[in-house]
Amino acid sequence: MMSALRDVIRRGDPAVWLAGTGLGVSLLLIGAMIALILGKGLGFFWPGRLAQVTLKDGTVLMGEVVAREAIPAPGTPDHLRRTRIQLKLGNRDVTGTDFRWVDDDEIARTEYPGDAVFLERREYGPFIGRVISLANGDRTFATGTKDVLGELPALLQKAAGDRDALLRIEQRDIGAVNRSIEDARLRGRRLDLEAARTPGVNQSDARTAIERELAALKAQYVLFEGRLTQTVESASRIRLVVRTAAGEEKALSTLDIFRAYPANQLKTPERAAVYASRLWEFLSGDPRESNTEGGVFPAIFGTVMMVLIMSVAAVPFGILAALYLREYAKQGLLVRIVRIAVNNLAGVPSIVFGVFGLGFFVYFVGGTIDRLFYPELLPTPTFGTGGILWASLTLGLLTVPVVIVAAEEALAAVPRSMREASLATGATKFQTILRVVLPAAAPGILTGLILAMARGAGEVAPLMITGVVKLAPDLPVDGFFPFVHLERKFMHLGFHIYDVGFQSPNVEAAMPMVYATAVLLLVIVILLNLTAIVVRNRLRKKYQTSAFS
Amino acid sequence: MMAATVTVPDTGLRINTSGVTFAAQAPGASGADAIRIRNASLWYGANQALYDVTMDIPDKQVTAFIGPSGCGKSTLLRCFNRMNDLIDHVRVTGQILVQGRDINAPGTDVIDVRRRVGMVFQKSNPLPKSIFENVVYGLRIAGIRDKATLDAACERSLRGAALWEEVKDRLHSSGLSLSGGQQQRLCIARAIAIEPDIVLMDEPCSALDPIATLKIEELIYDLKAQYTIVIVTHNLQQAARVADRTAFFWLGRLVEYRTTAELFTNPTEKHTEDYITGRFG
Repeated sequence: MMSALRDVIRRGDPAVWLAGTGLGVSLLLIGAMIALILGKGLGFFWPGRLAQVTLKDGTVLMGEVVAREAIPAPGTPDHLRRTRIQLKLGNRDVTGTDFRWVDDDEIARTEYPGDAVFLERREYGPFIGRVISLANGDRTFATGTKDVLGELPALLQKAAGDRDALLRIEQRDIGAVNRSIEDARLRGRRLDLEAARTPGVNQSDARTAIERELAALKAQYVLFEGRLTQTVESASRIRLVVRTAAGEEKALSTLDIFRAYPANQLKTPERAAVYASRLWEFLSGDPRESNTEGGVFPAIFGTVMMVLIMSVAAVPFGILAALYLREYAKQGLLVRIVRIAVNNLAGVPSIVFGVFGLGFFVYFVGGTIDRLFYPELLPTPTFGTGGILWASLTLGLLTVPVVIVAAEEALAAVPRSMREASLATGATKFQTILRVVLPAAAPGILTGLILAMARGAGEVAPLMITGVVKLAPDLPVDGFFPFVHLERKFMHLGFHIYDVGFQSPNVEAAMPMVYATAVLLLVIVILLNLTAIVVRNRLRKKYQTSAFS
Repeated sequence: MMAATVTVPDTGLRINTSGVTFAAQAPGASGADAIRIRNASLWYGANQALYDVTMDIPDKQVTAFIGPSGCGKSTLLRCFNRMNDLIDHVRVTGQILVQGRDINAPGTDVIDVRRRVGMVFQKSNPLPKSIFENVVYGLRIAGIRDKATLDAACERSLRGAALWEEVKDRLHSSGLSLSGGQQQRLCIARAIAIEPDIVLMDEPCSALDPIATLKIEELIYDLKAQYTIVIVTHNLQQAARVADRTAFFWLGRLVEYRTTAELFTNPTEKHTEDYITGRFG
């Protein structure tokens, strides 16, 4: 008996079970995490049905059922016996609360009325209720759910066009004027600085020119502002009258409505269409309602751009450092110490890098740039405050050790016989490195890059003090000279998750956004990695080091 | 046959564009000796690997180095093109004269030495490039870009390495797609593409099957018309078959160095006799 057990142990069966269990548990955890995030994140965009719930006390509520749970009542016999549902009611402007828990016991009747409509709008979250009529100024031109819903799609499409036009006026026309005004003001300020340095200089001509320009620009500004007001007025003439389940009426301008659908009439393909349109809005739109609605495009853009700048900064440095360490440096105590230091650097907590980035890049480098090149803007900092460049460089610093370690290993893995083959034909060391060693090491170096990108894309802590913000209206790339504005603050998906999830005033409404953004961050990291992996595999095929490997 | 020799400026390389090759003839002071070794000793750090070796390697002949593992024969071979430079803490004393020039003298152009002294390694090491690029690698390194020159050099070298017929239709497939024996001949083609005077072979057949070995041995026999060949081998029969002269090394010392026939039939040293009769090693 004992000997049989000892035999089993000696054969290593328990080790196999143990190892298998370890792997199984890990896979289970990863699977559960992905399933949870995917389910919660992607389910968010699916248009659910609208339930009209009549309570026993006569209250009528209408909304999407978003959760159901057993009611905890510790110590009583009812503990976890009874259930309650959570309704997403919308109508925050009317009722003040947009989510409500209702005990199943309180409910007298639940219906799914065909005329229930879900409206997404600019402010106050969604409106849930019924549509009554459409009016152009004082003239009502459609009444009843059927007519109104028939007219609405065309009107909403026009509203979307109007919103784009307004945005263009605001950003392109008024933005340009604002820029010119700012520019002229700065020139005036520069004159002040010059006058302070060299007293007695005659500046009257220059000052008159600036003043004349400012006057012209201000006239132009008034003109554009008038046009903006006019466009808003004409676009918001069409009003939709809606009524809540409780009977309160409200008129909404179609300009403020983004989407409307009769939630209980939709067939599956139509639901899918709404789903796709919401998903697209999420990916391509700007955030609304303190980030709890709308899209996350600025955050996607910021994340990808930051990762790219980071890679451009970190990879050449890392490879050059690894080349010197591995190929040129005399292998001795000093190199060993450097190598240990690099390895340890890879393990330094990221917030420490953030503090360094703030102190060195932002205050020292940025501050110096400001003093030298933007003195007229001071005390307002240009580069002397957090921005995408400093955040990317800080992350680059964080990832350089990863790149160095991986590149060094890749270089070391290039077989000596291949170097000898090159050297024996009269190649110099540099030629050998350039033509044989680097190409052969490229796949391994790319692996390092993949690891670095994955780490950099998911890092949040150092960004929070080097340039990430919860809402950045202007992307770091736009149509105004010099087109790439590396000094700008930016949005980042990782920070967005934190901000929406933990800094939002409306937690219930924000929670699905957290999951959706998490899915997106995962997808972007995976996409970045996949790209690098595909490139690596191509290279690996091209520079295969042996026919048998 | 017409023989047009092109000298490439600044590189000192002579590229023969016809099928016939003239080995670069640089007799130097030594006349019939391609390599002269005078009191050469070598240390890896504190370990001495070669003790006071003195020998002359004749021009246009095959010289074999034999001896048990670790006897210093490969180390000596790698001295001839200064491949030992790649290893840290190596120190060489004495003189090694390749075509009359001391290659360890200060100011020696190592690149030039390696162009004149080609090398084939124990394990075939084609570069992860096409067959064509493998062969012309040394020429490209030397800065030759002319397609016709490269094409001609490729064909000539592959013919020289008896590989042309087998690969002429797939010059642009990977060098790693060849069989082991073909890969080794590809490496020989690469070595002779830059038209060296001397070809060093470090156990070129140790990883090959008997058929491939036979082919390489035939090739060595053909190559000796144009090149001085020094071959390190563990295979005594191979040394007997291909070499004109054979040197026996033991514990870092040159024990006996004579014509192959004499060494194998009538060794004067006890160690040599013990080794070739299989009593040790």
